[in-house]
Amino acid sequence: MSRKTLYEKIWDDHVLSTPDSDTTLLYIDLHLVHEVTSPQAFDGLRLNARGVRRPDLTLATADHNVPTDPLSTPVADPISRRQLEVLDENCKEFGITVFPRGHENQGIVHVIGPELGVTQPGMTIVCGDSHTSTHGALGSLAFGIGTSEVEHVLATQTLPQQKAKTMSVSVNGRLPQGVSAKDVVLAIVGRLGTGGGSGYVIEYRGEAIRALSMEGRMTVCNMSIEAGARAGLVAVDETTVEYLRGRPGVPQGDAFEETAERWRHFVSDDDAEFDAELVIDAADLVPFVTWGTNPAQVVALSGVVPSPTDGADADERGTIERALEYMDLTPGTPLRSIPVDVVFIGSCTNSRIEDLRAAAAVARGRKVHGGVRALVVPGSRRVKDQAELEGLDRVFLEAGFEWREPGCSMCLGMNPDILSPGQRCASTSNRNFEGRQGRGGRTHLVSPVVAAATALLGRFASPDEVA
Amino acid sequence: MRSVRLIEGRAVPLDRSDVDTDQIIPSDWLKRVERTGFGRGLFSEWRDDTTFVLNQPEYSSATILLAGPRFGTGSSREHAVWALMDYGFEAIIAPSFGDIFRNNSSKQGLVIVQLAAHDVEQLSDMVKEDPSRLIVVDVERLGVEVPDAGWHRDFVLDPMTQERLLEGWDDIGLTLRRAPEIDAYESSSRAPKMTDVFDAAGRARRG
Ligand code: SF4
Repeated sequence: MSRKTLYEKIWDDHVLSTPDSDTTLLYIDLHLVHEVTSPQAFDGLRLNARGVRRPDLTLATADHNVPTDPLSTPVADPISRRQLEVLDENCKEFGITVFPRGHENQGIVHVIGPELGVTQPGMTIVCGDSHTSTHGALGSLAFGIGTSEVEHVLATQTLPQQKAKTMSVSVNGRLPQGVSAKDVVLAIVGRLGTGGGSGYVIEYRGEAIRALSMEGRMTVCNMSIEAGARAGLVAVDETTVEYLRGRPGVPQGDAFEETAERWRHFVSDDDAEFDAELVIDAADLVPFVTWGTNPAQVVALSGVVPSPTDGADADERGTIERALEYMDLTPGTPLRSIPVDVVFIGSCTNSRIEDLRAAAAVARGRKVHGGVRALVVPGSRRVKDQAELEGLDRVFLEAGFEWREPGCSMCLGMNPDILSPGQRCASTSNRNFEGRQGRGGRTHLVSPVVAAATALLGRFASPDEVA
Repeated sequence: MRSVRLIEGRAVPLDRSDVDTDQIIPSDWLKRVERTGFGRGLFSEWRDDTTFVLNQPEYSSATILLAGPRFGTGSSREHAVWALMDYGFEAIIAPSFGDIFRNNSSKQGLVIVQLAAHDVEQLSDMVKEDPSRLIVVDVERLGVEVPDAGWHRDFVLDPMTQERLLEGWDDIGLTLRRAPEIDAYESSSRAPKMTDVFDAAGRARRG
């Protein structure tokens, strides 16, 4: 019997028998829904008099355009309010569990799946959002889909799919002190480029990945899409099992041990063959910052802004030039000398409890630099509650950070948290596209600890500079 | 979905690479709950600029968009496809595309034509030389043609996408014909096990 990769195992488990069809149908175990990419899908169901096949395998939350102001503040934007109301109405109509604004389980869709334990190894998971790749950290095949596909999954609990190619990305050795999961994935995206993972599902392997916490692995898998890959995966190990133990979605007691035993099968077989491989030496990694307008435009925090002459060809030189112009940066400028206006700690990449702990450890007892607006936005209500239990909210507030209600917030310019034109932001999110955080805004992607240090010094900085 | 066999019309050259879906339709447009009207938001960050190519009268009513490599990367928003189609585009020709965008397009009947970079450039040059030039995308024969220049290139579509475009088939209808297979899967040992995690108010029953 031929050796299988983790991807192939999950795939084979979910393929419907296909006697005389060209299209492979994949059964979907969990469908996550949010307010932005679902209304037209529900509309489509109604138009065609179709129902939701498995409301029990469907879960909805409000995240993209919930304001992160105190819950007593009404949703000012009428369109956002409408989307949030429509989500509630649709879920009620079709019998789907929904976590609206203010609900104890509400949060960013990719934060709540794992934290509730409904994301589990070996599952197929889809959501109308490209960062669904996050859930792959738990050894599940999870990927983003479009709204037509959302409608398809609602109606049939399956999805026509073509098998992807597999890529192994190994990060070997141990991460140097001060290098986080975010830096690992920025390095990988920088190495692969925005299209390098296109057509592939990436499995992250190697000692440095194994040593990451579950939340760190989520950060890495989250940004798989930034390298063009639809999904990222990490094989199941004891870190996975221990993370899930006791969570609401998993069996409890002896039944958990039985289930965990089944989960442990979700690893790539030894000598399974991948279609492509990338090997990275962990020792080479440092804290990174993006300087441009795509997530592959990465430099070391200790480095300088690149120059168009660094481009390999005319196309690349043009791309660099345009990015520099948009970002208002001069080649050769040390990153550490560039001042920022805003610092955003949040998003499905870096808004979990460990991210907040790491950022708080840097901020503790210090003050945000004058003139800098710094926001901390927990990924979910549960993360927020946990952080408050640990007193992290006070650490942030005393240092001059804003402590906000959970949601996608400033990750995308859809809710009231946006950059003004020309503002420069150090952000723990995943996309630095033009206008992503608000029209004319300039985004630099960083890790939570770099974001915190940057808030304190008012320019890009690493935590050792504030110690 | 209506069937698409032949697209005959003008093309507009968008001389840009890496046009991601945020640029095709900025996120403030995603707030709508309807399926129509997104054409007004297409490339809206650029539309204010009077020199932007879509604002040039000679390219108005173009139905084919010529773009650079990696068109439609980034966010999975299908609104990008709705915006392009609502504006009036029926086909996009570029050297490469974002995977999700390509997939979304095929579901809606927007024809994705991948040609070599130098072929797209040639097309682009011909169109700039004469914007009124007729371009033909033939989904049945899988070819792109500029009849008055005698220019022709073949392109590739996977057979299912092609058939769907030609027949105007709706995905869900096709799948629902396979309901017995889905039933069989759900009553097998492979069926998903997760049930009954939350009560009616969405509170966790355990954990
Ligand atoms: S936090 Fe950002 S990337 Fe994540 S789901 Fe929300 S908008 Fe998308």
